[in-house]
Amino acid sequence: MEVKSMGFASRNLWSGILFGVGFVAFIDEMVFHQLLHWHHFYDKSTTAVGLVSDGLFHAFSWFATVAGLFMFADLRRRLTLRLKKWWGGFLLGGGVFQLYDGIIQHMMMRIHQIRYDVDIFPYDLAWNLIAAAMILAGTLLVLRQKGERHL
Amino acid sequence: MILTTILVLGGLLYLFAARNTHWPPYRSLCWVLGILCAVSVIKPHTGFASHMWGHLLLGMQAPLLMVLSRPVTLVLRTIPAPLARQLTRLMKSRAFGLISDPVTASVLNIGGLWLLYTTNIYAHMHHHAVLHELIHFHVWLAGYFFTASMISLDPRPHPRSFLYRSIVLVIALAAHGILAKYIYANPPLGVSAEEAEQGAMIMYYGGDLIDLVLIIIFCHQWYTVTRPRVARFREKTVCFAKNAEISRK
Repeated sequence: MEVKSMGFASRNLWSGILFGVGFVAFIDEMVFHQLLHWHHFYDKSTTAVGLVSDGLFHAFSWFATVAGLFMFADLRRRLTLRLKKWWGGFLLGGGVFQLYDGIIQHMMMRIHQIRYDVDIFPYDLAWNLIAAAMILAGTLLVLRQKGERHL
Repeated sequence: MILTTILVLGGLLYLFAARNTHWPPYRSLCWVLGILCAVSVIKPHTGFASHMWGHLLLGMQAPLLMVLSRPVTLVLRTIPAPLARQLTRLMKSRAFGLISDPVTASVLNIGGLWLLYTTNIYAHMHHHAVLHELIHFHVWLAGYFFTASMISLDPRPHPRSFLYRSIVLVIALAAHGILAKYIYANPPLGVSAEEAEQGAMIMYYGGDLIDLVLIIIFCHQWYTVTRPRVARFREKTVCFAKNAEISRK
């Protein structure tokens, strides 16, 4: 999966970002919707814009998971895979998506809460702190890689 | 009844044509499975949940299998040349280009579903046999055009880029998921809340599963088309070397 105008460095980054977004969305669906049953399929307080945003991100994350992995395979067959850059992108993409999910979708658009019938504050705090930590770690990895020589 | 007859006839004609040309058996298998998926659905069903299973099979699974079996290629190979030329001329026409564009196909496919479930068409469908037949025909055909516009390997006189198709694909899948959640909250006329919730979940998660297969096929095609030239060159040189070795022996 090659986008011609893109250098190998940013392709590593984007492959990681796409897979990161997909991975976080997948964990969200698998763990919180299906296994724990904390998240609800539909919450009566959902706004229309929340429904659209959720739908778009759900479809995009599904696509991104697969596309990110195929890009990973493409980087490997071209012998241009740089794992640190890739993991940096992974953490960055996953973190940004989780933060968007936590702040915009859960708190502002109210598509659903993290958990029901409990004090929600510690859950929201933990959710968004983890997201922030992922963004920070991802940024550090991406920037650190910058100084290294290009293969 | 009419649609079932058409589908069964189509299935038999395909198998007949496949016998007369060099045709991989897996394509015939895909075609037969696709026809079976579609035919198994077209009967008056009871309840909204079973209707949704039917929708998944007729509008998504059957078209996916049928697109993979490349029926247009088989038709072009089987019919007499003058007729084939006429068919390709038709496919090159601007009207066909419009209807086979991912955007048009998505609107016909997903837009049709929005119309069906958010108006009283769904309730009417069960009282009018002709309407019932027409809607099923539309769901199947629009599903076929949608899937074909994304991943068909049949001749395409109006090719579209992978990037364009991927963007349309994501938006179309989103519209499908949003409709499922909308049905969950707003049951169509004549459907109880409990049935609507059940049906919506089937539509959402069942759709996701078939979409995943569609996305994997799509990305694999993208991956194959963009394989690096160097590797191809290397394969070729390996091939040359092997041939040289054989001839030396």
